[in-house]
Amino acid sequence: MNIWQTVKLAVAGIRANKLRSFLTMLGVIIGVAAVIVLVSIGEGTSKSVTGKIQGLGSNLVSITIRNNETPVSLSYDEIMDWKARPGILGIAPVINGNVSVKYGNKKYDTSLEGINSDYEQVRNFHVQQGRFVIPTDLSFRQKIVLLGAEVARQLFGQIDPVGETVKINGENFKVVGLLEEKGGAAFGSNDDKVMIPLTTAERLLNSKGIRTVYVQAASAEDVDSVVAQLDNLLYKKIKNTDAYRVFNQAEMLATVNQVTGTLTVMLGGIAGISLLVGGIGIMNIMLVSVTERTREIGIRKAIGGKRRDILRQFLIEALVVSSSGGVLGILAGLGGARIIGSVMSIETGVSLQIIGLAFGFAVLVGIVFGIYPANKAAKLNPIEALRFQ
Amino acid sequence: MIKLKNISKYYQTGSITITALDRVTLDISAGEMLAIIGPSGSGKSTLMNMLGCLDVPSEGQYHLEGKEVSKLQEDDLAEIRNQKIGFVFQNFNLLNSLTALENVELPLIYRGLGAGERRKMSLQVLGMVGLSDRLHHKPAELSGGQQQRVAIARALAGNPPVILADEPTGNLDSRSGEEVMEILKELNRKGKTIILITHDPEIAKQVRRVIRIQDGQIVFSGEVA
Repeated sequence: MNIWQTVKLAVAGIRANKLRSFLTMLGVIIGVAAVIVLVSIGEGTSKSVTGKIQGLGSNLVSITIRNNETPVSLSYDEIMDWKARPGILGIAPVINGNVSVKYGNKKYDTSLEGINSDYEQVRNFHVQQGRFVIPTDLSFRQKIVLLGAEVARQLFGQIDPVGETVKINGENFKVVGLLEEKGGAAFGSNDDKVMIPLTTAERLLNSKGIRTVYVQAASAEDVDSVVAQLDNLLYKKIKNTDAYRVFNQAEMLATVNQVTGTLTVMLGGIAGISLLVGGIGIMNIMLVSVTERTREIGIRKAIGGKRRDILRQFLIEALVVSSSGGVLGILAGLGGARIIGSVMSIETGVSLQIIGLAFGFAVLVGIVFGIYPANKAAKLNPIEALRFQ
Repeated sequence: MIKLKNISKYYQTGSITITALDRVTLDISAGEMLAIIGPSGSGKSTLMNMLGCLDVPSEGQYHLEGKEVSKLQEDDLAEIRNQKIGFVFQNFNLLNSLTALENVELPLIYRGLGAGERRKMSLQVLGMVGLSDRLHHKPAELSGGQQQRVAIARALAGNPPVILADEPTGNLDSRSGEEVMEILKELNRKGKTIILITHDPEIAKQVRRVIRIQDGQIVFSGEVA
């Protein structure tokens, strides 16, 4: 008996029993949709977290010095001397403070970073208008400022701030650049801050000594050696490992990826269980169907249907149910992922692999749970089956 | 054509062994039309299952067209049924979800024939039973007589040498019953071996040879006047 014929028969059977078939499929539909939605949420979250971390700058190593442990701090020139070391591409020391910025009669409190020209490349943070801080700004302690996107919105609204003058803690600063929008970061908003030349910041905040340094390694392979060198240098100077910390961004990224990866697998696994439950539903209905159709099986056997013909017929019916459920589940999953993505405003990347995997699993479930009822049907004794009322 | 030699069939129910057929020996020649009669419980159905290769005997030999079939496995028996035997049942046993044409095509599908050939052979036998205008009707849309004619067409589709009819008129009104009997007699005239299983003496009168079975044994075999 040819397969196409059997598939046609199975489809006819499904259409004849619409409600029952739909309910049977529902388990598979929900399972497949759940796998797709949950995994795509997991993957989307992972992608956006990774993207944000990478947006902080590539091959980044950061140093923080805790001032409550020791009074030790590093000077700008001292730090910039490290640049001669192998594997280091750029160094961006940062001074932090809180200031209030005034434009006209509008006042806005925000955080301030004193930076140098390397910052742009090291932190991968550019201006969308105007210019960035340049080395001469530091040499001459220029009173210029870069505004974060949020700060500009608060003070200037829709007006272009570049070229205007603002007051920072009472001193006049010329706005030379508007920073690009970075969106919310894991550690406070990147858009809610202003940046001025580091030397100017030392004066303004009346602070000597730098506690935060971002170092960019030349390549991913150099990161480990840069970390080791910095560790070494800092230990020589500070002699207290608790007083400073060297962060490796790649390590952090790896950790985050591992966590989100585990999360995704877990979500997928939970959804997979519902697919399995769907499979049991198929088996249940198939068993009922075999009993109901005992007589049909008897007739088929009497006129020459062999065991394998009957087995194939029921197996194909299970497969048609599970794969139709799979297709509907994929559609539901795609829709669900889109809806949840927009409601929770996260990126949901539905990959072809996941669709393939979920569908493949649905088909597998159809085979595994179809084989027992199909085998039961195939083994019926034709005489008893014919006598069945 | 058909040779049964000392066929016995035992059923085990708990500790009791029931002898449904007791050393039955029977020869049926090609082209014969005969009726097997007997009261219910006589072993009639068991004999029919045996003749139809639906079951195998506990003891004895069964040669069908020279081939020993009493020791065959299920799938081989299915193939013999498909090739050699056409079944007509009392309650028609058509598949309700299929049309008349699809029902008739079914044995040909199991034989593995292509769609074109199946269609041709099925249309021909449906024409023979006078149902060319009911091809796409489902069994529920047909009268009892028409359903039985579809069943006969299905039995004929694969052109088997033997037609085994189990109470073919039992569920029909007398007119439809007569029609069905006419078709079977006509088939016999064309050379088919027809075996009727019945308890209706009127039916038995219409055939040349009658076999009466009682308590699993043949008690009479011959012509009835």
